[in-house]
Amino acid sequence: MSALTLKNLDISYGDTKVVHGVNLDVPEGESFALVGESGSGKSTILRAIAGLAPEWTGEISVLGKPRTHGVDRNVSRTVQMVFQDPYGSLHPRKTIDSALSEPLAIHGIGNRGERVEAVLKQVGLDQRFRFRFPHQLSGGQRQRVAIARALMLEPKVLLLDEPTSALDVSVQAEILNLLKRLRREQNLTFLMVTHNLPVVSFLCDRLAVMRHGKIVEIADVAQLKQGDLKEPYSRELLAATAA
Amino acid sequence: MSSPLLEVENLRVSFPTHSGRVEVVKGLSFTLGRERLGIVGESGSGKSMTGRSILKLIRKPGEVTADKLRFEGIDILDQNEKQMRAIRGARISMVMQDPKFSLNPVMTVGEQIAEALVTHQRLGRKEVQQRILDMLVAVRINDPERVAKLYPHEVSGGMGQRIMIAMMLIPEPELLIADEPTSALDVSVQAQVLDIIDDLVTRKGMGLILISHDLALVSRYCDRILVMNAGRVVEECAAGQLDKAQHPYTRGLLAAMPVIDETRDELPVLDRTQWAGT
Amino acid sequence: MTTRDWLLADSPTSRWQANAGRAYRVFTALLRNPLSVLGGVIILVLLLTALFAPWIAPFSPTGQNLSQRLLPPSGVNWMGTDELGRDIFSRVVWGSQITLTIVLLVALISAPLGLLIGAISGYFGGWVDRVLMGFTDIFLSLPKLILALAFVAALGPGINNAIIAIAITSWPAYARIARAETLTIRNAEYISAVQLAGGGPIRVIVQHILPLCTSSMIVRVTLDMAGVILTAAGLGFIGLGAQPPLPEWGAMISRGRTFILDQWWVATMPGFAIIIVSLGFCFLGDGLRDVLDPKSEGKS
Repeated sequence: MSALTLKNLDISYGDTKVVHGVNLDVPEGESFALVGESGSGKSTILRAIAGLAPEWTGEISVLGKPRTHGVDRNVSRTVQMVFQDPYGSLHPRKTIDSALSEPLAIHGIGNRGERVEAVLKQVGLDQRFRFRFPHQLSGGQRQRVAIARALMLEPKVLLLDEPTSALDVSVQAEILNLLKRLRREQNLTFLMVTHNLPVVSFLCDRLAVMRHGKIVEIADVAQLKQGDLKEPYSRELLAATAA
Repeated sequence: MSSPLLEVENLRVSFPTHSGRVEVVKGLSFTLGRERLGIVGESGSGKSMTGRSILKLIRKPGEVTADKLRFEGIDILDQNEKQMRAIRGARISMVMQDPKFSLNPVMTVGEQIAEALVTHQRLGRKEVQQRILDMLVAVRINDPERVAKLYPHEVSGGMGQRIMIAMMLIPEPELLIADEPTSALDVSVQAQVLDIIDDLVTRKGMGLILISHDLALVSRYCDRILVMNAGRVVEECAAGQLDKAQHPYTRGLLAAMPVIDETRDELPVLDRTQWAGT
Repeated sequence: MTTRDWLLADSPTSRWQANAGRAYRVFTALLRNPLSVLGGVIILVLLLTALFAPWIAPFSPTGQNLSQRLLPPSGVNWMGTDELGRDIFSRVVWGSQITLTIVLLVALISAPLGLLIGAISGYFGGWVDRVLMGFTDIFLSLPKLILALAFVAALGPGINNAIIAIAITSWPAYARIARAETLTIRNAEYISAVQLAGGGPIRVIVQHILPLCTSSMIVRVTLDMAGVILTAAGLGFIGLGAQPPLPEWGAMISRGRTFILDQWWVATMPGFAIIIVSLGFCFLGDGLRDVLDPKSEGKS
């Protein structure tokens, strides 16, 4: 079954249309990358799927069910998102514990203490981080917390918006390993936005190259590794990375 | 190589915290000729503080000490604020990370470049205008007359950064410090901007200090590389020799980067305990 | 392990310890600023005075003794007596209760009201914002004292009506601040994360936006307290606030005005009280601003 299906998706912010007629199908368990430069509309697609960019037309289906425009409590149990900026994605006045318990409280799930402990272990954070505030954590640790928060509701699909671009190389490696392990363990579907092609090569199965709000090319990662992309723009991107 | 442009010996930068002063740069030494030096390190390695201390931009309560910090024979630490202003911009320039925060939003591009020029030199109005247009052409802006009249919000990130470079290079400094000049830009624009810096620096025979977290990028644009970790230089090597790096930290950094034809199932991770506290 | 170690622990073991630790850090930072300590001491003295007025005041605040009229400050009457022979010191002490009541009630009514209206307005935007802010602007465009005057005139003079009038005139400023802060917070990724988890607008506003607005609100309210005291005193002065024989400081100045040239202490003593308490609130507010400003903490 498809985890995510986008049909003729147009997305606007106010009067400007930023995504034009995107069609995409991501099967369950796949890790799919959207690559492109800033302003290509790749993050906007993630926000629309998450329900944070409600001005769209076309169709978005999650696990076969069409989704509504706004934020939807049922969708939030299947789709969660990890944001780019580990400094901006955690509430500065809330402890890690309350950030992680919040999704459980919203959905009335019990056993919160145990679940928080379990998820911290999953993302490789020591229990002593549990009652710290975000400013007492490093960037990589914060990003682990953000991933943990996304996992609290045991979603099937994770939307990753440049999850490592704000991190140091060595920390990026840790987070990429973590994401890879989590996907294997929990059979997650990833839709990741990035501009970093080597990261795609490490973590993803397929990729779509985007430019000016349109998909230019969809390719297998094997093609990327061999430098076998068809469209001139994709090759340009590849050349800029490899240079 | 001719006499060194910049000599740094035992540079230390410290900040006070709850538990006493903490050094972020712990005894850094290097000399720079008219060459391109790369300083690489992760966040918190002290690389930016190094760049800032050369321009005496470390604010109180931060403290800079050094056995020697000389630029063309001038002792930087002895200069007062007024003397430093004559050096900053005119003789040593700095390009910062994000053009959005470095350009004044209520002045046109042309006015800002002009300001950078006339603060340090007395020139006729026509000559200023000509120098600005030449400079904009030098940073590969195709229609300089039009761009000079734009406001910063009307230009793209890549163009903004090229304008910054124009501003920094127009007084013809002898040393350019570029602190993560391209990390806010797209990959394809990054190369463009660095090519411009590279071209101008080599053509004018300036010194360049390129500060970045990106090993690959630094090795491409520099002659020599210093790898910093926790305030110290752990490795110094010629840019071409990076793959022969000795120190485990450098090797760890190189290995942690995914590559375009990635076959590893897991990326090697730095064992931080090995360096923490050293 | 000492209490201090427990409070400053790097890895708190409970939610309660984490929050207590944060409060302790704010408190110690506040102690480092001498002016804010002074402000805090003044406010503390005000609180204690109000609380223990019956024991502190040597005389009754309303007891008249016409044979003792207009006596200058002395060992018996520390601040002298007024035109009805009442001990001014006792009246100033009892007056602190009234001042404190005014200040607290105004803060309790106007700050939450302004906070809520501002946060709702900023969070929802669109027509909700336009209606609420239009309403706020109407209040803001009128001078505070004049507006308070109009309300008191309509509601009738008296201390309770003065409090209501001052509260009604001070919330719009808070609503504006709260709205501006909400606008910068509402698109933050941590807010998006709560929305994504299925959190509704009430949860987002009450649990996530309001806590971030409160610190600047506390600062603002503390700084405004001086103004509130002065407005209350002003209303008392023109006879629309506290009614005689209540020992309200502004009303006391008003009564002393008649004798200002010959018996200066009658108007001056309550005047000092107003100045000192206003200053206290200002100092404390400045100190709080340095400590609580959300822009100065956050990163690192």
